[in-house]
Amino acid sequence: MSQSLDDISRQLKKRHRKSARMKWLSFGALLLAGVFLVLFLADMLIKGLPAFQQAYIQVEVNYSERASELPLAAVEADVRELVSRGYLRLIPNRMEANPDLLGTQRMEWVLADDEVDQYLQGADSSLSAKHKAVVDRLTEAGRAELQFNTGFFTNGDSKLPEMAGLASAAVGSVMLLIVTLAFAFPVGVMTAVYLEEFAPDNRFTRFIDVNINNLAAIPSILFGLLGLAIFINFFGAPRSSALAGGLTLGLMTLPIIIITARAALSSVPDSIRHAAFGVGATRWQTVRDHVLPLSMPGILTGSIIGMAQALGETAPLIIIGMIAFIPDAPTSFTQAATVLPAQIYTWASMPESAYVERTAAGIIVLLSVLITLNATAVYLRKKFEHRW
Amino acid sequence: MTTKLASPGAPVTFNQETTHDLELTVRDLKLWYGENQALKGIDLDIYENNITALIGPSGCGKSTFLRCLNRMNDLIPTVRTEGEIMMEGRNVLSKEVDEVALRKKVGMVFQKPNPFPKSIYENVAYAPRMHDIVPAGKEQDELVETSLRAAGLWEEVKDQLGSPGTSLSGGQQQRLCIARAIAVQPSVILMDEPTSALDPISTATIEDLMYELKKEYTIVVVTHNMQQAARIADYTAFFHLGEVIEYNDTATMFSTPSEKRTEDYITGRYG
Repeated sequence: MSQSLDDISRQLKKRHRKSARMKWLSFGALLLAGVFLVLFLADMLIKGLPAFQQAYIQVEVNYSERASELPLAAVEADVRELVSRGYLRLIPNRMEANPDLLGTQRMEWVLADDEVDQYLQGADSSLSAKHKAVVDRLTEAGRAELQFNTGFFTNGDSKLPEMAGLASAAVGSVMLLIVTLAFAFPVGVMTAVYLEEFAPDNRFTRFIDVNINNLAAIPSILFGLLGLAIFINFFGAPRSSALAGGLTLGLMTLPIIIITARAALSSVPDSIRHAAFGVGATRWQTVRDHVLPLSMPGILTGSIIGMAQALGETAPLIIIGMIAFIPDAPTSFTQAATVLPAQIYTWASMPESAYVERTAAGIIVLLSVLITLNATAVYLRKKFEHRW
Repeated sequence: MTTKLASPGAPVTFNQETTHDLELTVRDLKLWYGENQALKGIDLDIYENNITALIGPSGCGKSTFLRCLNRMNDLIPTVRTEGEIMMEGRNVLSKEVDEVALRKKVGMVFQKPNPFPKSIYENVAYAPRMHDIVPAGKEQDELVETSLRAAGLWEEVKDQLGSPGTSLSGGQQQRLCIARAIAVQPSVILMDEPTSALDPISTATIEDLMYELKKEYTIVVVTHNMQQAARIADYTAFFHLGEVIEYNDTATMFSTPSEKRTEDYITGRYG
């Protein structure tokens, strides 16, 4: 006997209620994730944005004979503590470079000490009441202000927070990525080409296949140990160098590039291969002239994503010593270098509040670069996507 | 009656006014996909400058047989072949014949048009350049033009040689694929159901084209379409379960088949 419509509806009510409940629960999960993301971004922006502005004060600089011996003497005693020591330290060098300065006195906008900066930004500052009063006076006179912090992008790391910048770490990151790409891209793509186009499907290749997939899931710090053992201890690459770091990250990126390249190659339909074989192309000609060009957008996308991951990687680099204090940008691949995330890590361990700002600002810069890279990958994929 | 076919070493002559030279002689060709035997000893003579149609129900081995002729089956790792296909006095299945060289002599047109996703010009010019048939430049341009003319496509595409081959209509794409095959200057062209993905008008165009092409090339065509075989083929082979049941000139085959199974298939009783 068939159930009546009423009976069915009664049962259904319960099922519909459950369905609605699950819908709201899953929406709640999304909401929670969204709230965390917003909190994280807001926190980073609030903490980091002040670092993009830096306090400068206008003081009278006295390029006297004495100042070339004792730079502190170049400015008057009441503002001496307010001027960045990094600025004062360079006065003798500037006088040497420009002898005309000797004996002149001029009003100059100079970099302020980080505590002045904190005070002007309205944050906690360890300035004494006397100095705060001086800063207030300068501000009223229009002789103290916040300017865009170009030094953050042009300076290397410094023990003085107002002088510390990302430049050396950024150069280090770029050099590292060059090494990573130069190593991982050709090796990864050729491995994928072999596995996808040449290799017979047997036990051995399936074994390799499984292991490559496992490799992609290995904790990155292990790649650091591997890099330390192979590139530094065995091959003798200089410690903390872009070369050693880049090769280590290359090892880490390799499985990602192999996997995405294989996916891209296998998405090229066999009809293209048959067409090429049919006119008498060899396997390599088929791959080089037809399959590779068609899969290149996918391969590039995967490589960019791999590079983005390498750019944000810290753990393996700590193992191979890339966490050193590097004030000057490296000029060769064998010099000691540091990278953006390692720089952020270094700053995060500093007590001064100006470094806290810089930590957050560094994260903002790194995130922006990563988002740009990923957006490029998405754009490339969308633009060159083939529909078969 | 001349119907029972080609015993090894003794090519059958047909009841034709003109006799043709042999292009390919297939003897006792067997093929396995892993454990499954797909071809069970095929004997077949393919005549020069003729169209030979292979007909038969799905899974009868006609496409597999066709792909043996340019060793496209080599691409499938589990395939194993025995027997011989003689061309220019050599067994093309043997190791001494390079399959790349063979594919230059024996071109192929596939069921679904598969132009390279490159320009029309590049589709035709790619293979000749690869085989060093002509130097790039004027001679290559000429070869592209003659190939496209031979495929009956030149007038339609001469003003858009730079546009992608994939932007053409289905029938045009298939003619582009034929031009691509011709450009390599083969002696045999294999066609695997070349019109099954096309509309009737495009099909008629391709059939007319095949009729023209047989003056220069030997054509072996797999078709599911009995009328098509009757219209275009000089010889027809009926395949069934991996064997050639009957092979004869098309007129005889369709008017007075000697085998009951052939007659049943041709008249649509199964297949």
